[in-house]
Amino acid sequence: MTVTESAPAAHVGSRRLRKEDPALLTGEAKFIDDLDLPGAVWVGVVRSTEAHARIVNIDGSAALAIDGVNEVLTGEDLAPLWGEGALPCAWPVTSDMKTPTHLPVARGTAKYVGDAVAVVLADSRYAAADGAAAVVVDYEPLDAVVEIADAVADGAPLVHPDLETNECYTWGLWGDNAAAVDAAFASADHVVTEQYLQQRLIPAPMEPRGCAAVPSPAGGELTLYSATQIPHILKVMTSVVLGIGENKLRVVAPSVGGGFGCKLNVYAEEILCCALAQQRGAPVRWTEGRAEAAVSTIQGRGQVQHIELAADAEGRLQAVRVKLLADMGAYLQLVTPGVPLLGGFLYHGCYHIPNYIFECKAVFTNRVPTDAYRGAGRPEATYAIERAMDSLAAAVGVAPEEIRSRNFIKAEDFPYESPPGLVFDSGDYHAVLDKAVSLANVAGRRAQAAQRRAAGSTKRIGVGFSSYVEMCGLAPSRVLASLAYGAGGWEAATVRISPTCKVQVVTGSTPHGQGHETCWSMIVADKLGVDPDDVEVLHSDTAVSPTGLDTYGSRSLSVGGTAVFMAADKVIDKARAIAAHQLEANEDDLEFSGGVFRVRGTPEAEVPLAGVAFAAFTAHDLPEGMEPNLEAHVTYDPPNFTFPNGTHIAVVEVDTETGNVELIDYVAVDDCGVQINPLIVEGQVHGGILQGAAQALYEDAVYNSDGQLVTANLADYLVPSAVEAPRYRLESHVSPSPTNPMGVKGVGEAGTIASAPAVMNAVVDALRDLGVNNVEMPASPQTVWKAISSAQGGAS
Amino acid sequence: MTNVTLTVNGTHRSLEVEPRTLLVHALRDELGLTGTNVGCDSSSCGACTVLVDGRSAKACTMFTVQADGAEITTIEGVAEADGTLHPMQQAFHEKHALQCGYCTPGMVMAAISLVEEYPGLDEHGVRHGLEGNLCRCTGYQNIVDAVLQAAGTGGD
Repeated sequence: MTVTESAPAAHVGSRRLRKEDPALLTGEAKFIDDLDLPGAVWVGVVRSTEAHARIVNIDGSAALAIDGVNEVLTGEDLAPLWGEGALPCAWPVTSDMKTPTHLPVARGTAKYVGDAVAVVLADSRYAAADGAAAVVVDYEPLDAVVEIADAVADGAPLVHPDLETNECYTWGLWGDNAAAVDAAFASADHVVTEQYLQQRLIPAPMEPRGCAAVPSPAGGELTLYSATQIPHILKVMTSVVLGIGENKLRVVAPSVGGGFGCKLNVYAEEILCCALAQQRGAPVRWTEGRAEAAVSTIQGRGQVQHIELAADAEGRLQAVRVKLLADMGAYLQLVTPGVPLLGGFLYHGCYHIPNYIFECKAVFTNRVPTDAYRGAGRPEATYAIERAMDSLAAAVGVAPEEIRSRNFIKAEDFPYESPPGLVFDSGDYHAVLDKAVSLANVAGRRAQAAQRRAAGSTKRIGVGFSSYVEMCGLAPSRVLASLAYGAGGWEAATVRISPTCKVQVVTGSTPHGQGHETCWSMIVADKLGVDPDDVEVLHSDTAVSPTGLDTYGSRSLSVGGTAVFMAADKVIDKARAIAAHQLEANEDDLEFSGGVFRVRGTPEAEVPLAGVAFAAFTAHDLPEGMEPNLEAHVTYDPPNFTFPNGTHIAVVEVDTETGNVELIDYVAVDDCGVQINPLIVEGQVHGGILQGAAQALYEDAVYNSDGQLVTANLADYLVPSAVEAPRYRLESHVSPSPTNPMGVKGVGEAGTIASAPAVMNAVVDALRDLGVNNVEMPASPQTVWKAISSAQGGAS
Repeated sequence: MTNVTLTVNGTHRSLEVEPRTLLVHALRDELGLTGTNVGCDSSSCGACTVLVDGRSAKACTMFTVQADGAEITTIEGVAEADGTLHPMQQAFHEKHALQCGYCTPGMVMAAISLVEEYPGLDEHGVRHGLEGNLCRCTGYQNIVDAVLQAAGTGGD
């Protein structure tokens, strides 16, 4: 990389309002269901009502009698459309991982409630819904595996009899550590042994999924519109599954109404619509209903975590041992198996722990497939270590902040090689903790809590800590290869300057609410000395942005933003050569600042970027051999992950009579490295915190013993409202990442990673003197009341 | 099919609908006003909130025929003709009260109605007044601050 002089940072670091907003605020933005597609065939999906059953018969006659319903197609009827193709899993974590064949529409057996068993083709959305409801399916129920533990029980029914086991894989990080870990436990003064349940969660972005496949009127080409986070990956995968040449397929993500990981996938309906559109030569579309979404879109979490800590008398950690049971659900979606691994590198948290061992057994159950949900593995890991650290603090008899402080990786130890071999880039965990303790007025809160306890109040105060480190921007690609991940970790960007000096940025990142257009514009505007409003950011359409790896894992800024930054540098390099030619100067004698090239020491000899851009366009007088036009493309493969970190403190009030928990204060101090736009950073943190707090207090995909999901709509599944949300008080700490030139880390998932353990530690803190050492998530009034009652020796 | 007459964003509209057609689908599919979104099927999320005779209503929970003769205002109808945003839209912009923007039209409509109906609301009142509108991105703080700003009872 050529280093150019930086223009003054006029925009980066400012709270610039988003350029995305006006279209969204006025209703002009087009989401998938807004597309007007005359003559489209509407798809209604008939979904299994049984957790595990043989499909005996499918009778579509009643559906076909409905006006506007044209066809009912079973998995058998549709099979020729995909031939040998099946829905892809891109992360075979071990060479002997068991991968069941996952057809877009099931044949013979339904494996979970929600499994597609037939489709209805209709003239309208109402007819499609009526038709799907009218199809009569005869099932012969089979024994189902519902709970995770049931999957490994002796004599358990098999989700996939052909695989001869419910075990998908066993993956571990142990190296030669086992003996050292055992020795550390044998000689420890304190051993903490905990088990936590990570309940299943329904991602529930406010926009349900939807897709539409539209054949080109001229024939031969197909455009797939989808509410997806990953148009680029979806294009490659659809091409592979259906055998459509990539040159014949275009994928477009219109405005996407949130994703949180659940739109990071290749879904049955996307494949189905493409296959049918290709076969029929007509547009084919499907829009998910909300109750449908609960069983047709992946769910998150779903793990049983067993964690043990060994510490010396002062609570200094000597070893951590983790065993997970992870629920894959009935099938493997795009990255299902990899989610627990992403946590596997982080169960030691932000602590220096000499000995580390991690093992995950993944199992199949007759439930909706799991996959990435905001944080993907990292919230689970942070939850386990941070809850266990509070237990250790209690065992040692010190405050939660003290046990953390004693064990933190020290600022002077960065770059720090973690026990599983990652190199943490930068941070000052002690400074972050101190800032949070001060901001939350922990001493004052504890005094208040003590006062209420002394007065016998039934409204108890609890203060809960969570210190986290996470990893973003998974890269470089060769490291992902060592984890058997099926793609690279790079991102692409193009910066193009038009003849009139307007700037076009093409990014391979795919925004769905994060504000890429605003941030990329700010980065480029500072680089080139132009107004951010003169920068146009193109994305989310493989016809205009052909190369990219999309948006997930908080990678957009640290990988995609860096690619944009570097492409701007590369454009400046070319412009410099042209400017030098125009000024009859040596390139090395030019400086570039505020959008103007000047000869050092000769300030009157200058040419603005606009002059260079026009010269590059006319190409009348360019340096010998130089190509016309002014643009540069970069594909950036970072040398390492980035490692955001922080400390969050939750304060709760627990009503010991009703079990009700109220979040009364929430403080977060995050280090996401250099911030491009603090307004956007804060927004990401706010939303992230509430999503994690919702896992702690409200959300739970509850299955009954028959494998029926009983919280399938937003009346039963408790996505919090403004009433439940606390007021967040944020500060930040900036330790620039040395991994990339802007020093950025990523912030999309940090809030969610940190908040669930902070809230649950606060709940337990409020009740610990009543003998409560653990409360399972979600800490509903009933669960909290039972925990108190049980600790007091009452009925549970 | 039933004939229904509506005044939508000030324009007289007459349309033929099935009696069961939800108001939100008439607005979106028949009148092309796709700014009003559908986010659930249980009246829980409020993404479809519009004004019916000046009061907020969830357009997914109302048959079009129930709105016969009513004045409907959707998100497309609140900015001024020259494009100047409604003060509530402007406050959402300034407070970064939207991310993906899917809940935003319904949230803005609910907020406009709330502020009109209950002048002088404080933070507690705004939070409870918007309980029927869900947002998954923002954690609500900036939405609450935007509504307080537009109401002239808080914010900067």
